[in-house]
Amino acid sequence: MAEMSILEAVRRAMREAMEEDDRVFVLGEDVGPRGGVFQATAGLFRQFGPDRVLDTPIAESSIVGVAIGAALAGMRPVAEIQFADFIHPAMNQIMNEAAKLRYRSAGAWSCPLVIRAPYGGVHGGGLYHGQSVEALFSHIPGLRVYAPSTPADAYGLLRLAIRGEDPVVFLEPKRIYASVRGPVPDGPEGIGLAAAVRRQGEDASVVAWGMMLHRALAAAEALAAEDISVEVLDLRSLRPLDEDAVLATVRKTGRLCIVHEDNAMCGYGAELAARVAEKALFHLDAPVRRVAGPEIPGLPYSPTLEDDVVPTVERITDALRELATY
Amino acid sequence: MYYHMALARALDERVWNLSRQGAIPFAVSGRGQEAAQVALAAALRPGRDYVYPYYRDVALVLHLGVTAEEIMLAAFGRLADPSSSGRQMPNHFSHRRWRIVSGSSPVGTQIPQAAGTALACRMQGEDAVVLVTFGEGASSTGDFHEGINFAAIHRLPVIFVCENNGYAISVPERLQVAGPGMVGRAAGYGIAGASVDGTDPVETHRAAAEAVARARSGNGPSLLEVRVLRLDPHTSSDDDNTYRTPEEKAAMRAADPLPRFRRRLLDSGVMAPAEADALDAQITAEVDAATAAAEKSPVPSPADLPRHVYAGSPTEVRSWRR
Repeated sequence: MAEMSILEAVRRAMREAMEEDDRVFVLGEDVGPRGGVFQATAGLFRQFGPDRVLDTPIAESSIVGVAIGAALAGMRPVAEIQFADFIHPAMNQIMNEAAKLRYRSAGAWSCPLVIRAPYGGVHGGGLYHGQSVEALFSHIPGLRVYAPSTPADAYGLLRLAIRGEDPVVFLEPKRIYASVRGPVPDGPEGIGLAAAVRRQGEDASVVAWGMMLHRALAAAEALAAEDISVEVLDLRSLRPLDEDAVLATVRKTGRLCIVHEDNAMCGYGAELAARVAEKALFHLDAPVRRVAGPEIPGLPYSPTLEDDVVPTVERITDALRELATY
Repeated sequence: MYYHMALARALDERVWNLSRQGAIPFAVSGRGQEAAQVALAAALRPGRDYVYPYYRDVALVLHLGVTAEEIMLAAFGRLADPSSSGRQMPNHFSHRRWRIVSGSSPVGTQIPQAAGTALACRMQGEDAVVLVTFGEGASSTGDFHEGINFAAIHRLPVIFVCENNGYAISVPERLQVAGPGMVGRAAGYGIAGASVDGTDPVETHRAAAEAVARARSGNGPSLLEVRVLRLDPHTSSDDDNTYRTPEEKAAMRAADPLPRFRRRLLDSGVMAPAEADALDAQITAEVDAATAAAEKSPVPSPADLPRHVYAGSPTEVRSWRR
């Protein structure tokens, strides 16, 4: 097990997949000699050449459309959307084409395609370099949505996505690309989609993914000093959802807090709260809490405003304390 | 070629009538576009070249290998419909065996996909070409420009075919296509372009064969405009009397490619009158049989609805847990 950053884990997953399987290729904006604006594809162009690492025009609909056409003809494209904020021009190709192809052809055609998209708040990114898009894509049957928070999962889930037979929107927490380091397994064997309990606890549960998972862990650590024991669940895959794991932690602690950067209205947390209300209501000892972004159209650029938008450790800690002592 | 033109015509008319009778929910026809479509299909190797058709291409898919019964199974929305098992509206063609790729209703989305399939063929060392069709309405979409741009950059083996029938539902070409017309756009991407009379199957086939040869020999994509007629309203839900005059429709009927091609075959002695009559009778019998068979064919079950949403059966995570 080597230790590496999330970014290095993403890069390693693509490199190994391309080494093992000639059908795998990478396409996107600046993914060639530049190695991607975040350097996720650094070195791939030199190793695999322009036929397997394609710099595309700045036109996301055709990045995904081309990838769909290649995937249904037997290739394994990995498309990079430079920032999740720029994925929206490709929405029709993702929602109406990739997600529906298998269903609408009754299984005759399929679309084994991975769409990588760095997402979430980043210092100074403003409205169009910091969006969280997981709720939009988790709504769509036919898609898978993976949201790793650790290097091991960035590697393992990406390998799993590339090997899989379905279209995957792969959301990478770009703010912690370099800062979160951890051990990464030597191969993709044994990687599953079950949610992971990152910290055991008794008094309250917090469910998160991506960058928020780390802030939730920090909040749990802070509360341990106050003798409040918080269980931290990392969803890892948002669609499919490991509902059993969510219900299990609710049944254990009776208190649930959901944290996401995205705004609350129709956000992913709403679905979790609804499922808990449907299936574990009488295990709850307190109302479900959501710590989420405010109802504003986008992240402000000014650094002084950013902390008012992206949930902080402090906000999560306060919410969990209130919940545990409700 | 005449056989598949006439068969497509007969199927379209039957499906249209069935929708008028309320026997099926919806019809969309390719009447008036058959000559161009068989000419395009005849330039391809069925089952080896990929085809992305659009929803008027009945004659095209018939000439590639789809059967009359398969068209009717889709019209009735039956389980055995090879395009979608009754999930898609009629004329959303798909047939894996013939490499006819499943399409959707939003127009133009198939255009960048065709480029991607051509890219895959090149990567795999296949000498297949990809033919994609669309109406002139789809040429207004971003996907049209993005797809052709990508294919032109990489000189991919794609034949982009605009079946220009002059109308996108009710909106005429003059409000749809700016500049020097469809074929003028090819120059903007540095690819070959041609515009042909799509009511003439011989002329269309010559142009299509040239474009296919260009693609297959590695000389890049082409944009081919085939000028056709849309004899029917957009679909069974449309009324074209609100935007086309009786005079215009009469002129269209006079230019109908099917009787003209029939006359041409008879005049040139390629087909004897008795032969043509026998063929027409055979087609009517085939359409009758296809209709009866499709009507009797089992309907899809609601229990099948979760199938093919994902690979394998589960939409639950449970079975994927370590």
